[in-house]
Amino acid sequence: MNILETHHIVKQYAEHRALNDVSLSVPKGSIFGLLGPNGAGKTSLIRIINQITGPDSGDVILDGERLKPDHIKRIGYLPEERGLYKKMKVGEQLLYLAQLKGLSEKQAMEKLKIWFIKFDIKTWWGKNVEDLSKGMQQKVQFVATVMHEPDLIILDEPFSGFDPINANLIKDEILELRDKGKTIIFSTHRMESVEELCDHIALIHKSKKVLDGTKQSIKEQFKTHTYHVEYQGTLSDLPPAFTVLETRPADDHFLRANIQIPPDAAVNDLIRHLLDRVAVRSFGENIPSMNDIFIRAVGDHND
Amino acid sequence: MHIIFLIIKREYLVRVRKKSFLVMTILGPLLIAAFYGLAGWAAMSSIDQKKVQVVDESGQFTGKFKNSASLLFSFVNTPIATAKKAFPKSGSDVLVYIPKNVLNDTKGVQLFAEKGVSFDIKSGIERTIEKEIENVKLTQSGITRKVIEEAKVDVDAQTISLSDEGEKQSSTGAASVIGLLCAVLIYITVMVYGMQVMRGVVEEKTNRIIEVIISSVKPFQLMMGKILGVGLVGLTQFMLWIVLSIGITSAGTALLGSKFTERPTVQSQIQAQVNQQNDTPPTVSKAAVNPVSTFISSVKNLNLPLIIGAFLFYFLGGYLLYSALYGAIGAAVDNETDTQQFMLPVTMPIIFSFIIAQFVLRDPDSSLAFWASIIPFTSPIIMMVRLPLGVPGWQLALSMGLLVLGFIGTTWLAARIYRVGILMYGKKPTYRELSKWIFYKA
Repeated sequence: MNILETHHIVKQYAEHRALNDVSLSVPKGSIFGLLGPNGAGKTSLIRIINQITGPDSGDVILDGERLKPDHIKRIGYLPEERGLYKKMKVGEQLLYLAQLKGLSEKQAMEKLKIWFIKFDIKTWWGKNVEDLSKGMQQKVQFVATVMHEPDLIILDEPFSGFDPINANLIKDEILELRDKGKTIIFSTHRMESVEELCDHIALIHKSKKVLDGTKQSIKEQFKTHTYHVEYQGTLSDLPPAFTVLETRPADDHFLRANIQIPPDAAVNDLIRHLLDRVAVRSFGENIPSMNDIFIRAVGDHND
Repeated sequence: MHIIFLIIKREYLVRVRKKSFLVMTILGPLLIAAFYGLAGWAAMSSIDQKKVQVVDESGQFTGKFKNSASLLFSFVNTPIATAKKAFPKSGSDVLVYIPKNVLNDTKGVQLFAEKGVSFDIKSGIERTIEKEIENVKLTQSGITRKVIEEAKVDVDAQTISLSDEGEKQSSTGAASVIGLLCAVLIYITVMVYGMQVMRGVVEEKTNRIIEVIISSVKPFQLMMGKILGVGLVGLTQFMLWIVLSIGITSAGTALLGSKFTERPTVQSQIQAQVNQQNDTPPTVSKAAVNPVSTFISSVKNLNLPLIIGAFLFYFLGGYLLYSALYGAIGAAVDNETDTQQFMLPVTMPIIFSFIIAQFVLRDPDSSLAFWASIIPFTSPIIMMVRLPLGVPGWQLALSMGLLVLGFIGTTWLAARIYRVGILMYGKKPTYRELSKWIFYKA
C-alpha cells in the first residue's frame, strides 16, 4: 500500500526543466530517502507534493486520492529553508501554525502540551523566537512540522543545525513516528543518515529519476562481487576467474586483498582456494555504501 | 475563509501589540494637541510694547496718537537733529519724524530706529498718521468721521450651491478644508500602511518562514490576510487618534476656555472707553460673528453622510489598490534595501496626486481634476478633494466603479508576482523577469 504516488510529473520553469517524467511510489510506514545532487529537482518535487506549486503534467496521488487542497492537513513539511517569526512568542506561533493546518485552538493546545513535555521545553512557551538559540529554534520547527499528526512527513535536511545529542533526539522521533505508522520522506545529502534510517530510496539526477527501490535491492544492484580477505602467506596461483584487484599490507604482518569473482561463481569456491593457500584472519563481502552508490549513480548518468 | 481570518488576526495582533503602535497612538494626538496649544499660546501671549518718540513739526498730531498694546507714544518738543542725537540714550525703540507740511506732502515722514523697524510697527504708525491726516482733511471739508463710519457697508457674499436638490448654503472654505483633510488622511494611510505590508512580506522572506506557511495556506490567502490585517491596524490607529484628539483638545479648550472668555469683556471695555472719548453714545454693535461657528454650521450643510461614506470607500479602495502593489514589491526582493528601485513607480502616482490636489482645489471642474478623479491610481485622493465641492453623480459612480476594477486588477497582478516571488531568493529580478512571472503557470 502506497501513501504517495507520483505519476509522470513534469515541471518546466522558463528554459529549465526541473522535473522530467518522475514517477515514485512511497510505501506507507516507510522512511523514504529522496536523494540527488544540488539542483536535481528534489525541492521542486517536494513543493509539488505540498501543493506550493503544481505540476505541468502528471498526477500526485495521496492515499489513493488525487491531491486536493484539503490534503495539506495530512502532510507535515520541514523545508530546508526554514524559519519562524522572530518577534513572536514560541507558544503563540506554534498555536498559529497548528491552526493554519486545520486544528482548533483547543486541539492544538493539547497536542502542543504533549510535545513541550516530551522535549522538555516548557519554559520556552512565552519566549520570543529570537531569544532562542539556533538549535532550540530547530526543535520548535520540528514540533511545528509534526504537531498536527500528519500521515506523511517530509523532512528536508532535518539534522542541519543540530548538535549530535539533539540530532539523536530527532532521529529517535523519526523512528518512533515510523513505528506509529507514519510515512517519512527524507531528503538529505548526509549519506550516513540515509544508511541508518531509510528503507526505500529514490535518486533524482538532472530532473530524472535514475534510481528507485528498497535500500537492500539497490545495494544488491550496485554490488561489485568483490570480497576482502586478510591473510598471511603468499596468495598465488588462483584460478583466472578470481581477480585480485589490490593487495596492501595490513597490521601485524598481515596482508589485505580485494578479490572480484564472476557474478555466477560461488563464494565458497573462493574461500576454498584461499584456505588452500594462505592463513586467513578475516573474510567478507564489500557491500557498497550509500555514498558509493550515490557517486556511482550520479557519475554514470553524467555521461 | 477561516484561514484568512486566522492570518488577519495574527497580522493585526502582532502590530497592535508592538510598542511603536502604542507610542504612535499616544504621540499622534499629543503632537496635534501640542501644535494647537503652541499656536494658541503664541496668539495669547502679548507682543513686546515698543516705545515710540514722535517729533511733530506740523503740530497736527499732538495728543492724537493713542497708545496700544504694541506701541507707546511720547512727544518730543526738540528739533529733529537734537532728537536724533539724544535718541540712542533715550531708551526708545523708534523715532518718528513728521515734517511741517505733512498734510500736503506725505512722503516726508521718517522712521529712525537702532535695530530696524518691523513691518507691523511701520504699518501701525503709518496707519495712525494716515488716519489723522484723513481726519484733518475731512474736518477741513466739513465732514465728520461719524458720517464716514455710517456710510460704510460690509459685504460678505454667501456661496450657495445650486444642484438638483435645490439651493443649499455652503462654504467653499469649509468644503475645501474637509476635502483636503480627507485627501491627506488617505495619502498618509496608503503610504504608511502600504509600506507596512511590503515590510511584512520582506520579513517573511528574510525569516524564511514563507515556505512553512505556504505549505499550509495559499499564497493569495497569505497576501490578502496581510493586506486586510494591516488595513485594520490603520483603521484602529485612526479611530484611536480621533477619539484621543477629541478628548485631549476638548480637555484643552476647557482649560484654555476660561482665559478666552475674558477677552470679549476686555474688548467691550475698551470699546466703551473709545466711545466715551469720541463723545458718541455707545451703539449696539453688530452681533460678533464667530468664524468657528460659521465653519461648523457650513460643515453641517455639506452632505456629510456622503462624504464620510465616500471617505471610507476611497480609503479602503486606495489602500487595497496600493498595498497589493507594495506586497508584490516585498515578494520580488530579498531585503528592504532592494525595494527602492521598485517603489518609485508605485509611490509616484500617490505623490503626484497629492501635488495636483492643490490645483484641483483651485479649479475643481478642470479636465485635469476630472481625469485625476476618475483614474483609479489618483482618484482616492483627488475625488476626496473634489467631492465636498460638489461632483455629478455619474462621475462619482464611474470613479468608484473604476477604483473597484482597479484594485481587483492590482490585486490579481500582485498575487501573480507574489506567488512566484516569495519562493525566489538571490538575484534581484528585473522588470522583464517580473513580467514573466505574471504569466507563469502556478
